[in-house]
Amino acid sequence: MATMVTTKPVIKSGTGGKASGPNGNGSKRRNGREFLEPDPHANRYRIGMWVALASIGMLFTALSSAYVVRAGAGGDWVDIRMPRVLLLSTALILVSSVTLEVSKRNLKASSLVGHSRWLMLTMLLGLAFLGSQLLAWKQLAQQGIYLASNPHSSFFYLLTATHAVHLGGGLLALIFVWTRSRFSTALKVSPRRQAATDAVAIYWHFMDALWIYLFLLLFLWR
Amino acid sequence: MSDVSHEGVHRHPAPTGFIRKYIFSLDHKVIGIQYILLALAAVLVGMTMSLLMRLKLSWPDHKFALLGTLFKAGAPDGVMNPEFYLSLVTMHGTIMVFFVLTTAPQGGFGNYFLPIQIGAEDMAFPTLNMMSFWVTFIGFVVILAAIFFSGAESTVGPIGGWTGYAPLSALGAIAGPGQGMGMNLWIISIAIFCVGSLLGALNFITTLLNMRTKGMSLMRMPLTCWAWFTTAVLALLSFPVLLGGGILLLLDRLAGTSFFIPGGLYVSGVLSGTNPNFPLHTGGSPILWQHLFWFFGHPEVYIAILPGMGATSHILATFARKPVFGYRAMVFAIFAIGLLGFFVWGHHMFISGMSPYSAIAFSVLTLSIGVPSAVKTFNWIGTLWGARIRFTTAMLFAIGFVSLFVSGGITGLILGQSSLDLAMHDTYIVPAHFHLVMGVASIFGMFAAIYFWFPKMFGRYLDERIGKIHFWVTFVGVYCIFVPMHVMGLVGMPRRYSQFTEYGFLNKLHPLVLFVSISAIITITVQLLFYFNLVWSLFKGAKAPDNAWEATTLEWSTSTPPPHDNFAGVLPTVYHGPYEFAVPGAPNDFVMQTDAEVEVSSNGHNGHH
Amino acid sequence: MGRVLAVIIWIITALSVLMFVSKKWWFPAAISEHGPALDRQFLITILVVGISFAAAQIGLGWMVWKYRDTGKAGDRGTYTHGSNRLEVLWTVITAVVFITLAVMGQSVWAQLRLHDAPAGSYTVEVVAQQFQWNFHYPGKDNVFGHTDPKLIDDSALNYVGLDPGDPNAKDDAVTASLVVPVNRPVELRLRSKDVIHSFWVPPLRFKQDLVPGMEIKVHFTPTKVGKYELACAELCGQQHYKMRAFMLVLPDEELNAIRVMSQEQFQARMTELLAKYPTVID
Repeated sequence: MATMVTTKPVIKSGTGGKASGPNGNGSKRRNGREFLEPDPHANRYRIGMWVALASIGMLFTALSSAYVVRAGAGGDWVDIRMPRVLLLSTALILVSSVTLEVSKRNLKASSLVGHSRWLMLTMLLGLAFLGSQLLAWKQLAQQGIYLASNPHSSFFYLLTATHAVHLGGGLLALIFVWTRSRFSTALKVSPRRQAATDAVAIYWHFMDALWIYLFLLLFLWR
Repeated sequence: MSDVSHEGVHRHPAPTGFIRKYIFSLDHKVIGIQYILLALAAVLVGMTMSLLMRLKLSWPDHKFALLGTLFKAGAPDGVMNPEFYLSLVTMHGTIMVFFVLTTAPQGGFGNYFLPIQIGAEDMAFPTLNMMSFWVTFIGFVVILAAIFFSGAESTVGPIGGWTGYAPLSALGAIAGPGQGMGMNLWIISIAIFCVGSLLGALNFITTLLNMRTKGMSLMRMPLTCWAWFTTAVLALLSFPVLLGGGILLLLDRLAGTSFFIPGGLYVSGVLSGTNPNFPLHTGGSPILWQHLFWFFGHPEVYIAILPGMGATSHILATFARKPVFGYRAMVFAIFAIGLLGFFVWGHHMFISGMSPYSAIAFSVLTLSIGVPSAVKTFNWIGTLWGARIRFTTAMLFAIGFVSLFVSGGITGLILGQSSLDLAMHDTYIVPAHFHLVMGVASIFGMFAAIYFWFPKMFGRYLDERIGKIHFWVTFVGVYCIFVPMHVMGLVGMPRRYSQFTEYGFLNKLHPLVLFVSISAIITITVQLLFYFNLVWSLFKGAKAPDNAWEATTLEWSTSTPPPHDNFAGVLPTVYHGPYEFAVPGAPNDFVMQTDAEVEVSSNGHNGHH
Repeated sequence: MGRVLAVIIWIITALSVLMFVSKKWWFPAAISEHGPALDRQFLITILVVGISFAAAQIGLGWMVWKYRDTGKAGDRGTYTHGSNRLEVLWTVITAVVFITLAVMGQSVWAQLRLHDAPAGSYTVEVVAQQFQWNFHYPGKDNVFGHTDPKLIDDSALNYVGLDPGDPNAKDDAVTASLVVPVNRPVELRLRSKDVIHSFWVPPLRFKQDLVPGMEIKVHFTPTKVGKYELACAELCGQQHYKMRAFMLVLPDEELNAIRVMSQEQFQARMTELLAKYPTVID
């Protein structure tokens, strides 16, 4: 059977607020008290995320193969010089992965304040990353290198823009998780909420790894 | 006994109000119906377009007064011009492949029945599910817009064919009429469709992996579920490639990039880079577009047929009153078809100018896909062996599917050989082949599904008499339409010609062209009966019990129509495989999956030689 | 109902097979060296296809005829989940037949595509555009004049961009018809000015796309004198349906005479030859 079910010890909590995710509540009420039971469906967030990443991976695989083919054909390839600010981009996103991991661990240990703070730091680093990408574009534009200037520049703008759009989506997800962590009144974290946070973290780390890959493809390959 | 996984948990409460119930519904059943309605509308548009195409091909100089009134630019004084015809070709293909064959079988029936057949209350992500439909719907609106916004010289939309080969599709208006705004909208529509499809695929896969009820092991799932699952994986991995290609194409058109456009082109009297209408391009590769498109395009055709295969297996077993022959082999065959489907895209490109060595590899791999397809056919026939067949309309269409799939699939053996493709490529044997498999077999799978599941969805049977007329005329009709196209191809008739008046070698085919058109007119007209049946039976059809066909799978164990959470708060427990018919010693000739009373020995491997 | 269905399936099968077997609408006679081999491979394939098609439809019809529900109480179907042995058997047989066909189906392809044109081939440059074919001949010196897209000027009838300054170009001819020798290997160098077109002469059993940005070299050997229709086989725009040209396969004397002619003479002689040979349409 391929279903992955993680069982967690049943935790009884006092009456409290509801921790409700977008798809309803995993906990049930018995005699008016909140039961936090192992939720076999919490895993669907993790599974769903890996499935989504397979799809996003294919998009970048398609663009990468177009990149490789175009570089080989045409005979008009001119390398653009890497805008230096991209090193800052790389550092920013790497650190943001670390801060997100810390945030996740905090949630698991039920330190909700720590979870929230490290989440905020991650979001700021993510925003800074996007800012640094814009700076890189500006640097290139100042050299007169635009989208259609040459095939390398076309792919540079395209790949970084596509990555940025997906990262922006990740940022929105982080904002959602942060908002919920700030305004949730549950005393304990439901398995569903842990799974959702884990899923967002998986996505973010994937965006990080994807950036490294794109960076290497654009500037180290060939 | 109820334990955690068996007390149903309402993950979203039943909606109230018309908008939440029927428009922006989170309920997979409503979403499934929405997809089916979308497909029913799209197929009407697509069929009308093919009708117009047949009229042009058969009577190229005839003045059709109505057309002249409706389409002043495309059919001035009633005679369709070539760009009008070509835009019909393009839009017919695009609408049928995307908005009919990739919606109804998967998004329609899959959405409605996958969760029920595995014993879940809904899909894993109901909100995403709702979004997937509405995104697809927007895509449909945009493709219709392409018809009306193609420009002043307006045709009926872009003219690149559904395959949109570059540079014709990339150059813009300078390459000819129908290549302006309409083409941009075409690309955007397809990109939107990709997104909608990916959201759906995500849901299907996660739901099947995570939400099967107690006792529903993978090998106890109905074959419909296996088909929907594999189809979703194919979609997940192939649509992003189309999206990538579409983005590159749009950039070539609008941003002056040169992904697919080489240098040194001279188009409509203008040299590249010497005119604002034709900016400078260098170094792009038209073949790159073909690779990206077909890497998607080939899995796409399996996306179109696999759900029909699943439905056929399911419905054949039900009305043969015996288990599917070789369930395990059927599952492996579905996997093999799905997997191999990713490695054969080059067979669309033998003549494209790509490496002749890769052509050889693609050719051999292509013919090997015939093996799992043949295995499935043998197993369908095996399912009928020793059966007690009940000839309901659903069963007729399922049997029809097998016949048509054989007819269409078998010519793949011809087209897949690189040597033969030298003569066959881009001739009429190609549309003969793909229409029989996609345009007919796949559709028969959908018809079978709708006659089968209508009583579960709406509590009434579709009228069997009208249904049978629908079946007979359609079955004979589609053979009359598409078999002659094979020999047209052998004579050498090229594809995508708006008329056949310019070549001596085509003159002898005119009687066949007429025969095909008349068959098409009749067959298309009869489909109106089907629409009538749908509406009439909704109100006046014979009432159906919960288990309308004495079938075995989970959808038949719940009430009709299924309640909001599918199982009224108590998720079922599964004790048997999905096709336990004719079990010796059982009180009935069918044992439902939920039937705890009857024991079927050794999980159903009786009769194992 | 089952019997009616079986009969209809069988009638459809018979008529379909008849349509092919009667050869009423069939390939035109092959006029190339590889043509007969291709036709042989087709025949073998269509035999396998036809037998498989007929067997499956007959089998389907048979099942549907024989195993209808007679409504007898207590009469049940045969309870079986299948047979692993049968699965292995028919998988192996199918795989052997299909893979054999596949391997056999590569030989004509390999012959034509994996080797360059033999030395001494008669070479023509083919340049396609929306919506006409241009054939560029090297003339008496047997050297193609230099061409450049920048020099193309359709209104001045310089369709292929021939360089007037190049001495080799002086004796070149560019016409709208393809002239090739019989029984000699022909090499075509295929180019396109704008979009993808495709070179297709049905009796030749030969087709190749012309892709902008690429020069694609192909070869074949025509074996029968005559005038044949050349059609474009890749959607190239609204006049795709009438992008016709003629391929003239000439006996040695006529070919040797015309190939050394320069533009005007070539054109005039070609017009005479086009009128002389009837178009082969069967």
